[in-house]
Amino acid sequence: MSALTKSEMADKLFEELGLNKREAKELVEQFFEEIRICLENNEQVKLSGFGNFDLRDKRQRPGRNPKTGEAIPISARRVVTFRPGQKLKAKVEQVTELGGFDNA
Amino acid sequence: MTRSELIEKIASQQSQLSTKDVELAVKLMIDHMAETLSSGERIEIRGFGSFSLHYREPRQGRNPKTGDSVALEGKHVPHFKPGKELRERVNRSLKAGF
Repeated sequence: MSALTKSEMADKLFEELGLNKREAKELVEQFFEEIRICLENNEQVKLSGFGNFDLRDKRQRPGRNPKTGEAIPISARRVVTFRPGQKLKAKVEQVTELGGFDNA
Repeated sequence: MTRSELIEKIASQQSQLSTKDVELAVKLMIDHMAETLSSGERIEIRGFGSFSLHYREPRQGRNPKTGDSVALEGKHVPHFKPGKELRERVNRSLKAGF
């Protein structure tokens, strides 16, 4: 089973909204780019019906090179976390275990 | 930024499409993503990240009000892994000091 990509999302806009292929492709690109711009400005993104993208600042912490066992500090960083909304959580709960991730 | 602010932002950069068109398109994209996950399929957006499902084993939970033990079934929960470009851009903003 193949994963959903930008190209399939654009095809759907073409098929269902009648946008031309170029417009559809640009719109999908813009959608993700606007979310990235917002997050890189340290602002949360809330997509109702889907979920929230939040930002968390992590302090430096001790880490290790898993190959050599050598201690190396993991630098302070800002990370994106996704919190699915109630609606999305309810929709995916019932997916059977054989949902098709193994052969993705 | 909320969903409606996202729609406004995209629409303000569009010469061809009306706000109404953009609104429909955003709804369709979000629905498409939610439907994909609920059919058990992954989403992979290069430079943004991937969405998949993680399985949670069945467990004994408790009713927080009464303290009664309740059997909870196994379930799937959505999971997001940010892609390289998103990780780097977000982390750069920390270094830039905001």
